[in-house]
Amino acid sequence: MKKRFRLPVLLFLATAISQAQAARTDLTLGMQLEPPNLDPTGGAAAAIDEVVYANIFEGLTRFDANGRVIPALASSWTIENEGARYVFTLHSGVTFHDGSEFTAEDVKFSIERAMAEDSTNAQKQLFANIDSVEVVDPHTVAINLTQADGNLLFNLAWGDAVILDPATAADAATSPVGTGPFVFDKWVQGDRVEISRFEDYWGEPVRLDKATFKFISEPTAAYSAILAGDLDAFPNYPAPENLAQLDADPRYSVVLGSTEGETILAMNNATAPFDDVRIREAVAHAINREEIIDGAMYGYGTPIGTHFAPHHPAYVDLTEQSAYDPEKSRALLKEAGVEDGLTVSLKLPPPAYARRGGEIIAAQLRDVGITAEIENLEWAQWLEQVFKGKDFNLTIVSHTEPMDVGIYANPEYYFQYDNADLQALMTELAGETDPDKRLDMLQQAQHIIADDYVNGYLFQLARTGVANSKLKGLWPNSPTQANDLTAVYWED
Amino acid sequence: MKARSLLPGALLVLLVVAAALLSYLWTPFDVTTLNIRNKFASPDATHWLGTDHLGRDILSMLMVGARTSIAVALVAVGIGMGIGVPLGLLAAARAHSWLDELIMRGNDLVFAFPALLIAILITAVFGPGAINAIIAIGIFNIPVFARLTRGAAMSLWSREFVLAARVAGKGPLRISLEHLLPNITNLLVVQGTIQFSLGILAEAGLSYVGLGAQPPIPSWGRMLAESQTLISLAPHLALFPGLAIVITVLGLNLLGDGLRDWLDPRLRRER
Repeated sequence: MKKRFRLPVLLFLATAISQAQAARTDLTLGMQLEPPNLDPTGGAAAAIDEVVYANIFEGLTRFDANGRVIPALASSWTIENEGARYVFTLHSGVTFHDGSEFTAEDVKFSIERAMAEDSTNAQKQLFANIDSVEVVDPHTVAINLTQADGNLLFNLAWGDAVILDPATAADAATSPVGTGPFVFDKWVQGDRVEISRFEDYWGEPVRLDKATFKFISEPTAAYSAILAGDLDAFPNYPAPENLAQLDADPRYSVVLGSTEGETILAMNNATAPFDDVRIREAVAHAINREEIIDGAMYGYGTPIGTHFAPHHPAYVDLTEQSAYDPEKSRALLKEAGVEDGLTVSLKLPPPAYARRGGEIIAAQLRDVGITAEIENLEWAQWLEQVFKGKDFNLTIVSHTEPMDVGIYANPEYYFQYDNADLQALMTELAGETDPDKRLDMLQQAQHIIADDYVNGYLFQLARTGVANSKLKGLWPNSPTQANDLTAVYWED
Repeated sequence: MKARSLLPGALLVLLVVAAALLSYLWTPFDVTTLNIRNKFASPDATHWLGTDHLGRDILSMLMVGARTSIAVALVAVGIGMGIGVPLGLLAAARAHSWLDELIMRGNDLVFAFPALLIAILITAVFGPGAINAIIAIGIFNIPVFARLTRGAAMSLWSREFVLAARVAGKGPLRISLEHLLPNITNLLVVQGTIQFSLGILAEAGLSYVGLGAQPPIPSWGRMLAESQTLISLAPHLALFPGLAIVITVLGLNLLGDGLRDWLDPRLRRER
């Protein structure tokens, strides 16, 4: 009797051991939005960078998991001419995925392409201070600036500043060719993008063989896909309400991190009624941030009082200045002569923070006598009406770009804040290289926009990632829009 | 008694209508006041059907939501009848003329589009909201009534009493209004009930995809949509609006069946 099951048991053990030894090398990662194209230098959508940044494309510098700027294609650099000239030494032996060699000419081409008059780069201001790009020798490139710029290394780390090959740059939107550790395989529109390991990668080889980015916009579908095991990870998991459940399940780990997403109740500063600072302040005091974070985000989020990320060293906590105080809010509305009530539009894009948060804010505003008429919009409509058309009173949106307080210096930006002091400060900041002075200026800027109650500052979006508990090496935070897979591996 | 389903149907519909009417005067809680600390409360003595993800009382929301559903469906059926019936009578009066062709092919055209598609088209152009949902569902109702009316009226045109009326010198307009319409009313009532229940479903479908009544006005479809991701956390959020839709549609269908049996002259003779 005993003998009979010895063989099957041994076989079972043998397979179990062999399975354990061979850790998986593939990955399916969920994203909520599909990128409109795959050229990070030709589009603003965060989803582009979330696929290609650090995986397919690299720049001279890059962000690491903590948001620090570290060398990438440039191995080192020297700063000359009092901060107005940067000389980069490039790695040698770097090739693009199509086999062509990476040289200083490619750097010159890419930066000039981004700066060009007809460039479709979404972040052209990153290159505004660059005067010329000079090829010193095939592995040395110099960037001459119009004035000293302490931000250059930071700016070059953005996805919008990655290096492309002149021969393939034109087709980057549909078949990206970069220098990164992964090669683009295929893009099934509406479904997924597949990438695989680049065998001739110049840097440390990656441990994954294959990775698939799968696009699932519905939070419910995302939840089902995670439970069904169709997805190994969802780094920006869209349904915070399920996190507690997933966290309790040993098969998954929930990783909480910070993002660069300042979620704001944006007010149209150029048109009535929000061209009146008293009414803007009244709105700020009518908002109960705790209730919004609890109700819309199930507790995931950090209150903010200005347009700045709380994990940044220059952050000033100004939440007290716009603390929840409905009495004060009513008094301010009375002072502004609108105590009889005010009706405004509140246009909401699709994410849950906006839709749920919008219902909560509408209730809070109603409490002080402001009727906010909710209108739910799809992203395309939102971009058209609110972002481009500036046809709105209030809207809720998360600004996920890092260090984007500079948008307040642009009076053409959708909330249309126009303050000469802040604009001067931002110009001064761009030319400042001393870290302490920069810190001080950034803090001043935070005070200016908080004092003007430009927008209602709600909370810093939390990064709520869900992953298979055996999967390691994903970024817990979002210092930039990216899903860097270079350090990802499966635990045995 | 053939109309067995008349009573239960009428009772269910009455229940929903009563809840909707009552909501104008009184609801257990205010539906626009949020109480986030008390979210996901299970049904108990205070909140009979529990609270939703923003701490609102689900019973109150269902009551006010019934109002939205009924109003949308009622007006939409009204639009369908108001435009469809005259068109159908006109087509029957001018049977096989170019006018008849024009009306009926126009009907076919509208009929060819699913209601939801028309609704999405309208809301994409004019923006989402209850009014646009009403218009969309109403347009979808027009060909239903036009066809029914034309078919029924055509068969009446050859009957003796119509011939008598023509001999007496009555014009097509008077014949249609005085002789045809009263004779097809029962058909219209039955069809109206069925369209009404389809209207409730269409409204729920539209607000489910976010094209119906906008928040904070409660609507059954949106309640369902919002409870979608929460179903494993708080199933009562999806259960009750779902039940409300089932009860209403079941009630209306039973009522429709009952009315047909009760009003149908052939069945009445057998009785």
